[in-house]
Amino acid sequence: MIAIEHYVIVSAILFVLGVLGIFLNRKNIIVILMAIELILLAVNINLVAFSAFLGDLVGQVFAMFVLTVAAAEAAIGLAILMIYFRARGTIAVDDANRMKG
Amino acid sequence: MSYATSLYLTGAEIGLSVAGLILLLVTAWTSRDAARGITIAAVAALVGALVFSVSLFDGGVGATAFDGLFRVDAFSLFAKVLIFIATIACLMVAPHYFGERGDYRGEYPVLLLFNAVGMSMMVSATDLLTLYVGLEMSSLSSYVLASFARRDDRSSEAGLKYFILGGLASGIILYGISLVYGFTGATGYEAIRIAFDGNFSTGALFGVVFVLAGFAFKIAAVPFHMWTPDVYEGAPTPVTAFFASAPKVAAVSMLVRMAIVPFGGEVAAWQQIVIFAALASIVVGALGAIGQQNLKRLLAYSSINNVGFILIGLAAATPEGVAGVMVYLAIYVFMTIGSFVALLMLRDEQGNALSTFDDISGLSTTSPALAWCLLALMFSLAGIPPLFGFWGKFVVFQAAVQADMIQLAAIGIAASVIGAFYYIKFIKVMFFDEPKGAAPAKAPTSHWVVLGLSVLVISPLGYFLTPWLGDIAAAAAQALFQFA
Repeated sequence: MIAIEHYVIVSAILFVLGVLGIFLNRKNIIVILMAIELILLAVNINLVAFSAFLGDLVGQVFAMFVLTVAAAEAAIGLAILMIYFRARGTIAVDDANRMKG
Repeated sequence: MSYATSLYLTGAEIGLSVAGLILLLVTAWTSRDAARGITIAAVAALVGALVFSVSLFDGGVGATAFDGLFRVDAFSLFAKVLIFIATIACLMVAPHYFGERGDYRGEYPVLLLFNAVGMSMMVSATDLLTLYVGLEMSSLSSYVLASFARRDDRSSEAGLKYFILGGLASGIILYGISLVYGFTGATGYEAIRIAFDGNFSTGALFGVVFVLAGFAFKIAAVPFHMWTPDVYEGAPTPVTAFFASAPKVAAVSMLVRMAIVPFGGEVAAWQQIVIFAALASIVVGALGAIGQQNLKRLLAYSSINNVGFILIGLAAATPEGVAGVMVYLAIYVFMTIGSFVALLMLRDEQGNALSTFDDISGLSTTSPALAWCLLALMFSLAGIPPLFGFWGKFVVFQAAVQADMIQLAAIGIAASVIGAFYYIKFIKVMFFDEPKGAAPAKAPTSHWVVLGLSVLVISPLGYFLTPWLGDIAAAAAQALFQFA
């Protein structure tokens, strides 16, 4: 039987993987965008699992909102990445260093 | 509560959304020359929303719309008025700034309008769902605004950094929200407060900490401030002025409402975090600014420093503390807008920004009026008494002392002396050094109007506002504490 704890643990693991993906990744900005999506999906697992556990629909409605916003966020992220690539000709993480101090 | 009343109470947001959508279509169908007209229409819409928000103020505890999703009270109206004023100022200075480079587009006013809708939803939200939608609406348009000068590689880098760290912050807030929801079974603020009462588990504590950490990102409090100097430096200056004013008011107000209403029964759970963030922000803001040569970067550290003072008021967790936060925010908005507009006016005849200390040395001989305005703004930011900035610091420290947090207030005052160093360095360079670089070009009237009005408010004349500002801030705090 899969209980609520299992869902919460899976979601916590995904969340930590997403955060580590942002901070440990030294190569590619696209990977960072994927890590952000991973965080949002971890949250969705949490919301839907809690919703089913509590027998309350609000969590699932919330998950739909998160999905919608995640789509908008990905669109904006890729658009910004496009203009960044046009200006700099690279999307390597280590090259994002025009400002320091 | 009938549907019509709910629509009436959200009138400012609905009006701004409709105006934003119409202007978006106009932008798509007209040439770039129409951008100026679109800006004027957007300013008109914001003035309308401002007047409507003022008219809703009844001095009392307010009303709830849409079955508890949205609340119109003295607190949210106070914040909305500040947000709309700051947005109008950032709209007024933009056309000339971007126009010189020939890349002013109608998207700028449209994005600011949508941002204003998101921010006023954030400050009125009394449900985690409304909060999330408002927060994302404001954040997503901010990411685009940061990279608005798309031919400038620093601007696109600022947009990218802001997007990644802002996305991470939203994710952290959401994860906290999901935990709070899971452990209380509610998303409404009052329902959460009731569910926490006597039943505050470790899981719920995790949720509260995650939500506060994400908010610290949004208000640029230490230890989540790393993005601020880069984004403020890279973004075009009118956008930086906007980031430092309106979204900061919105995020701080959202944090205060969250801490006082749903988490207000568990002050012990968040007070230590807020005290730590306040002290760390004051110290890092003061020390980080010392070595900076770039003026925008320096003001970014100054804004981190100011957030620390604002959080001292929240750390007190009393009605006086919240009223102090609101007074501080009101004064801070005018100081920030004034100083960034002054930076924006520092450009030579070719339109290149005079962006470092070397560029502004001897400004008092090349452009005396601008130098004197900057002098007033810097003394005010440092909190030197005859200017209005002192009053903001005074009320938050007073609240901290009344709440028996004398050590906190003492450390804060000591650090604000360190902070005074770089504000005074500004003045020393402008008034006592020989001119080195080019003289600034003549600035347009719109910039002078915005700068003049901000300097007027932060001048000693601002003290005439104190009784009135104090009453409204107290009413705002009362609107939150009625649940306690």
